[in-house]
Amino acid sequence: MVVDELTDEAVDDMFHALADATRRDILRRCVPGEPSVSRLAEAYPISFAAVQKHVAVLERAGLVTKQRHGRQQLVRTDPDAVRRAHQALDRLETEWRGRVERMSDLLAHVPIRERSNPKKGEDR
Amino acid sequence: MSVTSVDKDFDNLTITLIADFAAPVERVWQTWADPRQLEKWWGPPSYPATFEEHDLTPGGRVTYFMTGPEGDRHGGWWQVTSVDPPTSLEFTDGFAKEDGTPNSELPVSRVQVRLTEHDGGTRMELRSSFDKREEMEQLVEMGVVEGLQEAVGQVDALLAG
Repeated sequence: MVVDELTDEAVDDMFHALADATRRDILRRCVPGEPSVSRLAEAYPISFAAVQKHVAVLERAGLVTKQRHGRQQLVRTDPDAVRRAHQALDRLETEWRGRVERMSDLLAHVPIRERSNPKKGEDR
Repeated sequence: MSVTSVDKDFDNLTITLIADFAAPVERVWQTWADPRQLEKWWGPPSYPATFEEHDLTPGGRVTYFMTGPEGDRHGGWWQVTSVDPPTSLEFTDGFAKEDGTPNSELPVSRVQVRLTEHDGGTRMELRSSFDKREEMEQLVEMGVVEGLQEAVGQVDALLAG
């Protein structure tokens, strides 16, 4: 399937894009609105061309899209892509929340005495 | 609900979870230190874990497998890096191959557990982090594949564009 073949590359691009603090900041600024590249460039002590490059990296990673509006280029985030980027930590969170809940149940139901015979196997 | 807070730090690839339990520190420690108790909570109900080796000493190994609904087995291992009963445990957590040896192709994460007395009960602070960005990428990749299946059309359009 085409999607599978492209996954590695897409993921590489995404993490490369997010590995830079300026690019993450650009991404944050694009969430509430659709700033133009020139507006973004005003926010950083780097050249317009450098900001444009950062935006291009984000675009290649699928995290933002650019749209021409008259003479301006508006930058818009792709919320689905951003969400995918956070999936790994979300998975860890879900996993640990489940574990903590089960620990809690265990602590509520098993009296401390039971551990005096830990060798005995449990039926599963 | 015993989870008090969860903090995800994307820059450092770390999740910090704080949970409070109405039990003494020594009792909560037992849920980690006694493999028969550990296997009651480590795996999800549909994938219960069975621990084989369980050596909570520095450099010690813990090995387990989880059994799925179809009888499928998924192995895992810990390498204990530091332990101070009953308050602290640190280990590396990884996946194993079918023969139980570490699978170096799958991501490894580092887990730090701290138990402290808090309000007459126990506070557990747990940090789970990835050492290397590539390892995180792998885990995301696994998730991305699932995510993609739900949104194939959209992604196809994106890739074609």
